[in-house]
Amino acid sequence: MFEIIEKKALASEIVSLIVEAPLIAAKAEPGHFVVVRVSETGERIPLTIADYNRDRETIELIIQAVGYSTIQLSKLEEGDQLLDVLGPLGEPVEIEKLGRVVCVAGGIGVAPIYPKAKELKEAGNEIISIIGAQTEEKLIMQDRMESISEELYLATDDGSIGHEGFVTEVLESVLEENEVDEVIAIGPVVMMKAACEVTADYGIDTVVSLNPIMVDGTGMCGGCRVTVGGENRFACVDGPAFDGHKVDFVELMRRQDHYHPQEEKAMHRCKLEEEVGRDG
Amino acid sequence: MANRQKMKKQQPEKRINNFQEVACGYTKEEAVKEAERCLQCKDSPCVDGCPVEVPIPDFIEEITNENFDQAAELVKEKNALPAICGRVCPQAEQCEAECILGKKGQPVAIGALERFVGDYELKQDREIEAKTDKDIKTAVVGSGPAGLTAAADMAKLGYQVTVFEALSDPGGVLRYGIPEFRLPKSIVDEEVQEIENLGVEVRPNTLIGSTLTFDDLQEEGYEAVFVSTGAGLPYFLGIPGENLNGVYSANEFLTRVNLMNAYRFPEYQTPIEVGDHVAVVGAGNVAMDSARTALRLGAEEVSIVYRRSRNEMPAREEEIEHAEEEGIDFKLLRNPVKILGNEEDWVAELECVEMELGEPDSSGRPRPIPIEDSNFTIPVETVVIAIGQGPNPLLSKKELNLETTEWNSIVVDDDTYQTSIPGVFAGGDVIGGSATVIAAMGDGRKAAREIDKYLQQK
Ligand SMILES: Cc1cc2nc3c(=O)[nH]c(=O)nc-3n(C[C@H](O)[C@H](O)[C@H](O)COP(=O)(O)OP(=O)(O)OC[C@H]3O[C@@H](n4cnc5c(N)ncnc54)[C@H](O)[C@@H]3O)c2cc1C
Ligand SMILES: Cc1cc2nc3c(=O)[nH]c(=O)nc-3n(C[C@H](O)[C@H](O)[C@H](O)COP(=O)(O)OP(=O)(O)OC[C@H]3O[C@@H](n4cnc5c(N)ncnc54)[C@H](O)[C@@H]3O)c2cc1C
Ligand code: SF4
Ligand code: SF4
Ligand code: FES
Ligand SMILES: [Mg+2]
Repeated sequence: MFEIIEKKALASEIVSLIVEAPLIAAKAEPGHFVVVRVSETGERIPLTIADYNRDRETIELIIQAVGYSTIQLSKLEEGDQLLDVLGPLGEPVEIEKLGRVVCVAGGIGVAPIYPKAKELKEAGNEIISIIGAQTEEKLIMQDRMESISEELYLATDDGSIGHEGFVTEVLESVLEENEVDEVIAIGPVVMMKAACEVTADYGIDTVVSLNPIMVDGTGMCGGCRVTVGGENRFACVDGPAFDGHKVDFVELMRRQDHYHPQEEKAMHRCKLEEEVGRDG
Repeated sequence: MANRQKMKKQQPEKRINNFQEVACGYTKEEAVKEAERCLQCKDSPCVDGCPVEVPIPDFIEEITNENFDQAAELVKEKNALPAICGRVCPQAEQCEAECILGKKGQPVAIGALERFVGDYELKQDREIEAKTDKDIKTAVVGSGPAGLTAAADMAKLGYQVTVFEALSDPGGVLRYGIPEFRLPKSIVDEEVQEIENLGVEVRPNTLIGSTLTFDDLQEEGYEAVFVSTGAGLPYFLGIPGENLNGVYSANEFLTRVNLMNAYRFPEYQTPIEVGDHVAVVGAGNVAMDSARTALRLGAEEVSIVYRRSRNEMPAREEEIEHAEEEGIDFKLLRNPVKILGNEEDWVAELECVEMELGEPDSSGRPRPIPIEDSNFTIPVETVVIAIGQGPNPLLSKKELNLETTEWNSIVVDDDTYQTSIPGVFAGGDVIGGSATVIAAMGDGRKAAREIDKYLQQK
């Protein structure tokens, strides 16, 4: 089974779970993800393998509580078990020596960018990182990103730390001042879209990691299909990393909203359960 | 000649509001009466129609004698999943098509009798002792009917067997594809349990090619591998609008409902969205299942859109009849050309063109030809694409030595089921494209025999 052997709060509503998963830890590479189901009645949700430790036979999941399933996950404690963890899934990102790579991440996107940045650094690249969040309390993994970056820039919507505004504004000035060989951008779709618009102006290759709604994660349902370069691709097996300049972000954003009414209903239920839990 | 015993069914008006089984099965009395219709033909032509050679007259005779244990034993020797096959086999085209009685009247209801025997057996809670006494480990990849059958047979031959399954629960299409109202999941659970009782270990959440590779299996001491990963890759039409919200592949639609129990949302947390008007494209079992599922999820009007005519529909006859009884609207000789969205990019209309039938094509069926300027649209909020599926390329993408065709089918030797990798065998939908439960089981059975031969010679 998949036991949680360590739990840490990283920021407001963001937790890190170290999960025992020997087979997955043995095969994990940067860019891989897992599909998790918490309990018998749970849904299958994809989560990036934010880090892994082959000796301890563990993987790290970093979860932002945004809805029913992620809240359920965040409430688990050390010693609890996850019912299903399937992986490693997706294609790992190619790690090559390119020169100078800029890693731009927003919100929970720092989790998936970290293992790639780490390996890129180990492969001899110079890493410039730009990470952002709504506010300082929601900024995660600053220390880990710092340890592998030549330069680290911060941005928050409210200016509580770093640049006040978007990471893409910082990206613009970094590109203005540096020769850059590649950009990796991971975060909310709007952010990735904006980052690709910036890099397109500079003609710099940009890799993004897409997060469409998934079910199986093995190429069986087609629910994760995205349009890349005019073609239909399954993000779970062909991605999740793609050439950002070819992605139809507008379609992706729309598809992510497919279940909005149901998700609200589930959240409502979540709140009711909490109240019942508190009262009795 | 007495008429065939009718099986009790839930009335259409009632059943479209629930997910309970449509056909209720025979009572003991009905089963005996039906069994008595069998002429016990010496040359038993019916058996020739069964891909796993169930000894049909013999087990039916035991039913007439009310020796149900005996009947069950006879069936199970050839068919590890009788309660499942009795429900989903295309009997009308297989065993029952060959039955002598069918030449003049109605054939013996072999499938219904097999189901009766299978259900009887499940109620017995018989203690089975595992006989896996050989010190040889074998692996099965994929827990659909092909894999389960091969596993059962290899366990009976004494081998240690581990079945690796990517999903959380075993059964393959029996679990994620065929709906509850046709094949209750409790039946799948129980028949899989019987196979586990033979000493077979099922390991869920293990994607071979990713979680473990063939090399890993070899290192862990597995001496032979049977690959039965099915045909799980959904095909799309390739027409404009297929990525609009509200367009599902049948695989996604059915997986959400069957594997994830979305029909019980929010108790189960996987959501599904079905509009009042639903169009299902295709006319095989998958399409019928999707259409009838949509109805049960609350759709008011569900249409099957199919480019040929009723004669060519590939679904089991019984499913087509059930769909008709339930009020599914068949739009035959119609082909979708475009899906149109509203301003929020949700499906609003399906544009189709009328078709006519021409000369037979390579599949032997008349080729559908579009009629010029016959386009029309139907208002729909949900579209389910059920035009077929092929083998998932995931495994062959990772195992580069595994030879496949351009449609991703694994290439095997016709006689031995061996793939291009020595010691690795394959069968079921992954070698032939999508077929039937029983054909997959037939492959599993024959491959198990070949694996036994291979291991003995090794
Ligand atoms: C490859 C990949 C890697 C991811 N990695 C991480 C990660 O490391 N950490 C993290 O916190 N989140 C990650 N996500 C996003 C995470 O899967 C969703 O936040 C989660 O599924 C939301 O579920 P919920 O029930 O809590 O929220 P809900 O309220 O149900 O949904 C909130 C939003 O999340 C998205 N979502 C819902 N269900 C799914 C689903 N089954 N699959 C994908 N997205 C869904 C939808 O856009 C939805 O509007 C990743 C997504 C993908 C595709
Ligand atoms: C909706 C639907 C309805 C149908 N109705 C009927 C019917 O009424 N009658 C009939 O006879 N036939 C029917 N069929 C066809 C029949 O179900 C299939 O022909 C049959 O299930 C094929 O069996 P299989 O064992 O080859 O593969 P599958 O049943 O497809 O099972 C393959 C299994 O392998 C797993 N897998 C795949 N890749 C990997 C991997 N790399 N590692 C580990 N596991 C993996 C999959 O998750 C799956 O569980 C239907 C099919 C569908 C989709
Ligand atoms: S397994 Fe299928 S074909 Fe064989 S006897 Fe049973 S119903 Fe008929
Ligand atoms: S062909 Fe029909 S009547 Fe003859 S043995 Fe088979 S089932 Fe009985
Ligand atoms: S999640 Fe089902 S195909 Fe990608
Ligand atoms: Mg959710």
